[in-house]
Amino acid sequence: MNRLDFEIIKNVIKNNSRVLDVGCETGELLKFLNKEKKIDGRGLEISQKNVNICVKHGLSVVQGDADKDLVSYPPKSFDFVILSQTLQATHSPENVLNELVRISKHAIVSFPNFGSWLIRLKLLIKGVMPKSDSIPHTWYTTPNIHLCTIKDFKKLCNKNSINIEESFYLNKNGKKITNPLKKNFNNFFSTSGLFVLKK
Amino acid sequence: MKNSKKFALLGTKKPLKLDSGKNLRNFKIAYQTYGKLNKNKNNAILICHALSGDQYAAGQNPITKKTGWWSKAIGPNLPIDTNKFFVICSNILGGCLGSIGPKELNPVTKKEYNMSFPVITIRDIVNAQKMLIDELCIKKLFSVIGGSAGGFQVLQWAASYPESVVSAIPIATSFRHSAQNIAFHEVGRQAIMSDPDWCNGNYINKKKRPEKGLSVARMLAHITYLSEEAFQRKFGRNLQNKVSLAYGFKTDFQVESYLKHQGLAFADRFDANSYLYITRAMDYFDLASQKKGGLKKIYKNTPVKFCVISFTSDWVYPTKYSKEIVDSLNVVGADVSFVEIQTDKGHDAFLLDEKEFNETVKGFLKANASKEGF
Repeated sequence: MNRLDFEIIKNVIKNNSRVLDVGCETGELLKFLNKEKKIDGRGLEISQKNVNICVKHGLSVVQGDADKDLVSYPPKSFDFVILSQTLQATHSPENVLNELVRISKHAIVSFPNFGSWLIRLKLLIKGVMPKSDSIPHTWYTTPNIHLCTIKDFKKLCNKNSINIEESFYLNKNGKKITNPLKKNFNNFFSTSGLFVLKK
Repeated sequence: MKNSKKFALLGTKKPLKLDSGKNLRNFKIAYQTYGKLNKNKNNAILICHALSGDQYAAGQNPITKKTGWWSKAIGPNLPIDTNKFFVICSNILGGCLGSIGPKELNPVTKKEYNMSFPVITIRDIVNAQKMLIDELCIKKLFSVIGGSAGGFQVLQWAASYPESVVSAIPIATSFRHSAQNIAFHEVGRQAIMSDPDWCNGNYINKKKRPEKGLSVARMLAHITYLSEEAFQRKFGRNLQNKVSLAYGFKTDFQVESYLKHQGLAFADRFDANSYLYITRAMDYFDLASQKKGGLKKIYKNTPVKFCVISFTSDWVYPTKYSKEIVDSLNVVGADVSFVEIQTDKGHDAFLLDEKEFNETVKGFLKANASKEGF
């Protein structure tokens, strides 16, 4: 996750709110939000090494798996839950999404958009699994087992009656797309999407 | 670090009310301290020892002449840094290294308690520790740390005295003893009580020691403290001081020799009746049953910051029990960190020099110390 992602998330999150960062890695975002928003932050992270780094820095992080361990949190126990660039690596994105909106008042979800024109073009011309800055792995090493397009994601939310409160369409520099023409074709032009969800 | 024998005489004004309903008055608790208490008295850490531990957590144990059982973790610049923290470790109630227990004199009868010592619980042990902390004029502990049965005490501390504890590190532990835990303990107790030298618990008066029973109990328990992989790695099928099988029933294998040595060394330093009483206290431990609604009710609104640590190859208190604790703490929105350490060293891994474990403890304490302002 890059700094620009951080800024958007920071602007969404209110001061002093209870926040769970799912897949918090080494706790960079939690530390940032602690400083900027005085959050009461928690983390869930699958890698023990990363958990240790977090704990060393005084963050409250639990080792666990987004696919399995969100069930233990009670309904609406967080003001915000963040799942940044991780949805596509979960075993069951549908279950994870439903868990996120169950345990939070607002869920912030971002993911790389497989429908971006660059990805489409690479597949069309080269005929091999496309790689990009946000999807850098080869097809046989990738942890991204459930890649989707922004359109796919919206359909899934719709299917599960999850409301999209806010949408951010980002270009490859992580900046919001402002060009009105491009805005209308966000599934074509954005490299990734960030959505605030509620149920 | 020097160990000089320290005692506190407790229960002089008010008795210690035991879970059994009995009272203990005017009793001694032996303890050790390492490091210095700061001016604000907010840097004290209580170390809770396990079944076979004692107050000599660091430095040299004056009885065994070996280094303290947790000297790899406690000391200057070690994870529990004595340059920074004031570390207290007391011999638990019912122990046999100076604290009141079955081998001590009953002040009323002037004879050893032996089996007339009241049956104690983990909560009793913690209540006695609280009396000691009060006696030392410490209002709030910066941390309570312990593995195994020491972890029981940590969980009980956080449950009984949440306002007196800033942080808690329960390690390789559980919130209750399982049927299998009780079963292993019962075999150990039966081994002791079947030894004719146990003399119905009155061996001191008969000038005997149930060494065989106690060492068999320890041999069995020791197997559970390691893992299959650790045994295989350490001993394999190696023979003890011989090149071929002896076709007899003396020691053939290294692992047999090792276990016998462990058993005898333990029987040499530990009191058999203490072993009975402490294993019983562990078997009786079921924190979740202390309140209707279980752990979630017990830790509701807890201000204590938890760092729960388990080990992958621990089959005495497997990770799933730590996870249950963590899940309950999550449900009530408690401040909890949870780390599962990859190791093949089994339950005893917390006593060994595990790098990841050390770094977790060090980091958690350091981060919380800076939050507390020291």
